[in-house]
Amino acid sequence: MNLFRLSLAYLRRNALSAVLNLLLLALGIATITVLLLFSHQMEQRLSRDASGIDMVVGAQGSPMQLILSSVFHIDAPTGNIPLEDARWVQEHPLVADTIPLALGDSYRGFRIVGSEHSYIGHYGGTLADGALWEDDMEAVLGARVAERTGLGVGDTFVGVHGITAEGTVGGEVHDDHPYTITGVLEPTGSVADRLIHVSVPSVWQVHDHDHETGHEHDRDAADDQGADEHGHDQEHDHAHGDEDRELTALLVQYQSPLAAVTLPRAVNNRGQLQAAAPAYQTARLMQLMGVGMDTLRAFGWILVAAAGLGVFIGLYNALKYRRYDLALMRALGASRGRLVSHVLIEATLLALLGALLGLALGHVAAEIIGQTFRQTQQLNITGTVFLVQELWLVALAVGVGIMAALIPAIQAYRTDIAEILGRGR
Amino acid sequence: MLGIQDVVYRYRDGTTVTLPDWHAETGDHWALLGPSGSGKSTLLNILGGLLRPASGQVIIDGQQLNALDERALDRFRGRHIGIVFQTLHLVDALNVRNNLLLARYFAGLPQDRDQVDGVLDALGIGDLARRTPNQLSQGQAQRVALARAVINEPSVILADEPTSALDEANCRQVMGLLGNQARACGATLVVATHDPRVRDYMDHTLELEATG
Repeated sequence: MNLFRLSLAYLRRNALSAVLNLLLLALGIATITVLLLFSHQMEQRLSRDASGIDMVVGAQGSPMQLILSSVFHIDAPTGNIPLEDARWVQEHPLVADTIPLALGDSYRGFRIVGSEHSYIGHYGGTLADGALWEDDMEAVLGARVAERTGLGVGDTFVGVHGITAEGTVGGEVHDDHPYTITGVLEPTGSVADRLIHVSVPSVWQVHDHDHETGHEHDRDAADDQGADEHGHDQEHDHAHGDEDRELTALLVQYQSPLAAVTLPRAVNNRGQLQAAAPAYQTARLMQLMGVGMDTLRAFGWILVAAAGLGVFIGLYNALKYRRYDLALMRALGASRGRLVSHVLIEATLLALLGALLGLALGHVAAEIIGQTFRQTQQLNITGTVFLVQELWLVALAVGVGIMAALIPAIQAYRTDIAEILGRGR
Repeated sequence: MLGIQDVVYRYRDGTTVTLPDWHAETGDHWALLGPSGSGKSTLLNILGGLLRPASGQVIIDGQQLNALDERALDRFRGRHIGIVFQTLHLVDALNVRNNLLLARYFAGLPQDRDQVDGVLDALGIGDLARRTPNQLSQGQAQRVALARAVINEPSVILADEPTSALDEANCRQVMGLLGNQARACGATLVVATHDPRVRDYMDHTLELEATG
């Protein structure tokens, strides 16, 4: 027999109320854990995807949309920019490096991104199999794309026009322009994992063909997706010289921090161009989502507080009946300190069990949610990550338990043995 | 050896009771008789270290109880004094065996299951070890309470009204058990009661008078 087993025996005796309080606490902790995991992973993914990109240049529209579409590949693009303007940015003395992006098609929900090898390099992509694309109509799959589609080196696929969520809905199939897969990337933990990497001319070629055969699907696709992804519509009849080519966006690295002061303004002053800073937009995004997160977090803490109150009420009531037991323990030689420990251990035990259960629930929930929704899949959110803050969560829960047990513990400390034992029950 | 000298106890309402000087040799069996209000419960509680007198000396086994601080007194009580309460006070959350082990634990003594079972056997309740108190009859519960009082082989056993609700046969049985157990551990036995029958089973009697 020891205090721990004694406390456990009492918890067992009041199993129902103990379990209810445990669940309440666990739910609160689980809610907070899920939020913690989500916001942490989201921030991590966003900052990982945006790292090294000082500025994005694209068509005019919402700067947030530009960042979402061309850095995180979540939203539809704002439009296209003429190659001529892109060249101007590339040659600007304040620009150190650029990566061009040409968007427009997808395969089974994964975007086909026309770019350069440096785009894969930017995210530290290394080949798991095969080689990087060298020619037009060759493609390299991100790790997740390969995993989800089951495609591998040597396989071919055809893109679907449009970047729709469900892949094939609404878009026209470019079945006369199949891509051949030349390589598959190792997982990078970044957006590159869920992209199909091709050359910029590949994207042009797919759409050139459409123009020549007179397809008018662009407009339909744009209508379906509620966003105009292509500037092609406006230039239907043009000959396709290089000067008429377009890019969707340009990822820019500054020559020096000073560029941040003047370059965005210069870009914005140039006709159809728009400059947006990923760092700023990401911060704004987190801030916007923060309100919802904070609300949920507050809700989680309310659950934890309610559980604390439940533990308090449970202990307080139980102790009314247990005063005899406590007095008896004193008579048997237990010191006041022992009784206080006994009560505190009981509450701590409950809080600890609740907190651990809550963490487990939170991780399972995060994993399930991460697997279930497309948005969370895209952000690659999992429940298998553990954060240092979770230890704080456990400590806080135990703190709540101890707070709840404080008044009952003080009562136990003050037990008047002779009086209570003499009175009988 | 146990004794009190010049003991005055002050109740919470400020009234005081002066207890007669008295001492008992080790192994003596004493009945503490007196009507309610005579202070016999108070005396028993003082002997058990559950109450502290306002003045005077309480000596058990050569130890002055008033010289002990709260903690030391708790420890001393656990080691040297076994108490059978009128309302038994068994811990419902624990089974019979664990109730006895709890007494060993709080006294800071090694917990030996065989010893516990031995004591239960000696009291004829060896088969109840795994029951919880609310599965026991009153008589069985009383034996468990007695077993708990003797499990630490105390030098003093105090019993508060152990026979109050019992018929003649049960009274004899309980007093027989108390006497036997006290003899078995060589303990001094003090039974506080208003039941005159108890006198017949004890060697000595201390009569307390109603002080009003």
